Amino acid sequence: MSILLEVDHLKISARKDDDNLTPIVKGVSFNVARGEVIALIGESGSGKTTIALAALGYTKPGLEFTGGQVRLEGEDVITMASDQLRALRGQRVAYLAQSAAATFNPALTIGEQVTESCVLHGILNQEQANERAEFLYRALELPDPDRLGKRYPHQVSGGQLQRLMAATALCGKPDLLVLDEPTTALDVTTQIEVLKAFKSVIKQEGSAAIYVTHDLSVVAQIADHIVVLYAGEVQEHGSAEQVVSHPGHDYTRRLMHAVRPPPGAGQGEETSSEHHREAPALEVKDIVAGYGKTQNGIPSITVLRDVNVSIERGHTVGVIGESGCGKSTLARVMAGLLPAAQGKVLLDGETLKPALQRRSRGELQKVQFVFQMADTALNPRQRIDHILGRPLEFYLGLKGKEKRRRIGELLQMVELPQEFAGRYPEELSGGQKQRVNLARALAASPEVLLCDEVISALDSIVGANVIELLKRLRKQTGVSFVFISHDLSTVASFADEIVVLYAGRVVEKGATDAVLSPPYHPYTRLLISSVPELRVGWLEETMQTQEAQAGIDRVVTLTDTGCPFFDRCPLAIKDTCDRETAPARQLGAGHTIECHRSEAEFVH
Amino acid sequence: MLWRALLSRLGISLVTLWVVSVLIFIGTNLLPGDVAQIILGQMATPESTAALRAKLGLDKPPYLQYVVWLQNVAMGDLGISKAGLGAGLGTPIVEILEPRIFNTLRLTGLVTVIVIPISLFLGLIAAMHPGTRLDRAVTFSTLSLISVPDFLVATMLVLIFAVFLGWFPAIVYLRGDETGWVLIKTLAMPILTLVIVASSQIIRMTRATVLNVMSSPYIEMAILKGVPRKRIILRHALFNAVGPIVNVIALNLAWLVGGVVVVEQIFSYPGLAKLMVEGVLMRDLPLVQACAMIFCVTYIVLIFIADMATILSNPRLRHPK
Repeated sequence: MSILLEVDHLKISARKDDDNLTPIVKGVSFNVARGEVIALIGESGSGKTTIALAALGYTKPGLEFTGGQVRLEGEDVITMASDQLRALRGQRVAYLAQSAAATFNPALTIGEQVTESCVLHGILNQEQANERAEFLYRALELPDPDRLGKRYPHQVSGGQLQRLMAATALCGKPDLLVLDEPTTALDVTTQIEVLKAFKSVIKQEGSAAIYVTHDLSVVAQIADHIVVLYAGEVQEHGSAEQVVSHPGHDYTRRLMHAVRPPPGAGQGEETSSEHHREAPALEVKDIVAGYGKTQNGIPSITVLRDVNVSIERGHTVGVIGESGCGKSTLARVMAGLLPAAQGKVLLDGETLKPALQRRSRGELQKVQFVFQMADTALNPRQRIDHILGRPLEFYLGLKGKEKRRRIGELLQMVELPQEFAGRYPEELSGGQKQRVNLARALAASPEVLLCDEVISALDSIVGANVIELLKRLRKQTGVSFVFISHDLSTVASFADEIVVLYAGRVVEKGATDAVLSPPYHPYTRLLISSVPELRVGWLEETMQTQEAQAGIDRVVTLTDTGCPFFDRCPLAIKDTCDRETAPARQLGAGHTIECHRSEAEFVH
Repeated sequence: MLWRALLSRLGISLVTLWVVSVLIFIGTNLLPGDVAQIILGQMATPESTAALRAKLGLDKPPYLQYVVWLQNVAMGDLGISKAGLGAGLGTPIVEILEPRIFNTLRLTGLVTVIVIPISLFLGLIAAMHPGTRLDRAVTFSTLSLISVPDFLVATMLVLIFAVFLGWFPAIVYLRGDETGWVLIKTLAMPILTLVIVASSQIIRMTRATVLNVMSSPYIEMAILKGVPRKRIILRHALFNAVGPIVNVIALNLAWLVGGVVVVEQIFSYPGLAKLMVEGVLMRDLPLVQACAMIFCVTYIVLIFIADMATILSNPRLRHPK
């Protein structure tokens, strides 16, 4: 195979306000041959995106090339003039960004954006480009390919937009594709479909690709070669098979270690019962909630329907489901941020007022919320001791020395050094901020912590450490957790019980081991089977299964009648599932599945 | 969805108009003294004042006066001027307004035709080359001009063009039959003043909005697709910046119709704003009410158009899912 792109001792630095240069990429070299997929992996800050963008001769604002060469077919792109670069971008090298939702212009039609580049470059005229786009829509299995081009980005789903971005990149038949975390923001079920589409199209078109990601399991499915990066330097470089099966470098092994096994029974810890009491710590009964005007107890946009969940003291309930299924809404109802239209929230067996404003200070103290984005949840103008001190004053009336002592304890609890008390959030890393965020919630000495996707924004290694911390805190304090995540593997290792939400309904719930082993609800089975495994060839095997073919990447519909999963379910019974509400089947010890099929039919 | 948005805007506009009419009526009635006293002047005896009041309908209770006034306004009858303003007592207000409206629209029209292209051009040029000397020059001069009050701008221009250079007349004297070059020359000073004041705001808003859009990920994507810079600005960025720009243009046009009191006064240009000031001085309530209603309608219509443009430029509203 001939070499297409040579990255040769590439150096990129950031220019600070005081004109000092901080190196970001410190002399990285690797080659990309024609038709080959190279993966750049590493955690955030490793410089992987910066290196990938260099293939287009582009640096983000504030960064600049400080050394080395990036040669495309022998020609250095770093020193190219701007119209040479413009001719190269979109034509010879095409870029796919992480968030298609943000990178599609909301004011222009999809068709114009897909075909724009190759028409501007004069590769095709508008008519040919439209034909090519339509061909790509079909190849990427997008719905309604004849009319898709006339639609606007907000009219299609996130997974479809991500594939449309691939169509944009491929429209001009580029030699090299640069894919920047193209599936990270997607649900597992959508991710697998997008991965499959990317892989087959790359094969068909014979383009080479640079695939940037932090997810080793994804890399194993798509890459021929893997470059492992840390702090702007190459740690390890080899074929996918070799890096995944026989990692040579210590950092690679640590990355591998942070990859959790596919979710299954028996990964959690023993449920502790030492904090057990009569009434559950928190319980929601027959909750109906949503947004918009409420009429007759039904909100105009109903997100949750008849949801019952109870959290025993000291237990952790994991809530899983695809985006839009109502996970966050459930937490908001529990916290009182969104008063439910119907149903009750009980704390220690006592009914709570639905709205936050009407709850007493003592009730507020017992239920605390940990938000997903520590960046936005922590006030950037307040020092850490101020952030942690506020709930101590407000709920516990602590002042002066007593307060300072407690702040120290809290920092110790979340394994942060004492001197962090005097720092501002922006001086902390993402993982450290999430720890402060957690300490802030713990400061109130709560009985229930609502954790909404608390590790989703963190790298695998950092995220794994935060999970270890949560496990320890649970043991120490006896706090109950509601743990919301779209990452099944994490939930499997942390939760005692799991609630599976689909379109605002609880389709399955029970002890973790019971939910994650057969018999499964068909939706639970789809979720579990969509989690990528860290081995080469997993993607092809999975796509053959019945679940994958029936249920992946369909739009979730909220229905008033019948089972909402009906149109994606491989086991759906026509005229029953779409008409009648599914019965809740008791499968022993609190394990329920809502489905028309009987227990015997689930097992397969 | 689009029709609903349009209708609700229209409804809100009408309600606003009604509320403003009530406020105007109450406000003008709060002014001390009334027309009867002014007309009679030194001859005012209690009897003659009462008689004139009865003739003008001023003895009726205020709410009744309001209803009568609103009815007449709705039918296009703005009432009879109570103080005359040079045309004699009892002239219909419409007759007084007509030439003034024509003058105001002529000036506004000429200014608009110049302001909009110049401001959009300068705003876009500045946004395309942020931080360059050109951008800094545009930013600095617009900021300085915004901070200077319009009468000072007018005075300085008179000083330069009328006094030192002697190119244009310092005040506007319209015979009414000027056309073409003569008209432009006669109106040059007010036009120049208004263009400078109005364009500064539009330039700044255009620059800021377009710059803001330019930092969004889809613009970076367009760069990485190899789209030329001009097309990025005109096709990718401008579409998403339409809303704020149209709004600031609408506000400036409304200001040109009703808010240029000082400028009209300086050049003694017989426009609507000057007419209103004269009406206030004469305590000619019907005239003041009529002017205020015209200004209010102008604002509401222009803001309505701007809102519509904002809604129409948003594909989420044009093409719901």
